[in-house]
Amino acid sequence: MIELTESPINHAALTERVRSNLAGAVCTFLGTVREMTDDRQTASLDYEAYPEMAVNKLAELEAEARRRWPVIDAAIVHRVGQLGLGEVSVVVAVSCPHRDEAFEVCRWLIDTLKEVVPIWKREVWADGAEEWVHPRLG
Amino acid sequence: MPVTVRLFAIARQRVGRASVVLDLPEPVTVGDLRRALAAEHPTLASLVPSLLIAVGFDHADDDQPIFSGADIAVIPVASGGAPRRLTFPDAERSDR
Repeated sequence: MIELTESPINHAALTERVRSNLAGAVCTFLGTVREMTDDRQTASLDYEAYPEMAVNKLAELEAEARRRWPVIDAAIVHRVGQLGLGEVSVVVAVSCPHRDEAFEVCRWLIDTLKEVVPIWKREVWADGAEEWVHPRLG
Repeated sequence: MPVTVRLFAIARQRVGRASVVLDLPEPVTVGDLRRALAAEHPTLASLVPSLLIAVGFDHADDDQPIFSGADIAVIPVASGGAPRRLTFPDAERSDR
């Protein structure tokens, strides 16, 4: 399943959701809001999506992961809107028969999500400067 | 024909609106739209060469035609290189 949401993400419920008697491994990745980047402090952070296209791309990602790996179940949820320090911005939870493939597919999903899904991060630093972080898209 | 273009992230911020409407002579291609955006919205001009244009929720090349009523959006992307189509980076499939 895939979802964009403005509400806090219940990552434990997503991990539980992908669990299965067919799985020998469940791998869950959480992206969280970091306060310090080197010596710069984040004051606030928000995510903006092109929602229709982001949902399409997330669905393509899940389908491609299922084609490449023996995925039993997968849940990919991204938060949008303003987030506080330490909050969960993205969850990727996958179950597979074996741990090697669970790690691999989880890693591929989060890395590829960052590249191809139209979701932008606006970071406002404590010194007042502001920065947009873009997807690489391609 | 009137073409509504949705703006996101830094493009939305620079224009101060979530969408703009351009009136373009038919036939219209994505490249025509790109040039009109830069001409009519000077705050976007420096971004336009590296923007992706999405038509129908997928990336469109400059020679792609635009028809009335299409869903069109401007997608700012990370710097470095010309806009490219969506491709999935390759990965080795585990045999275990």
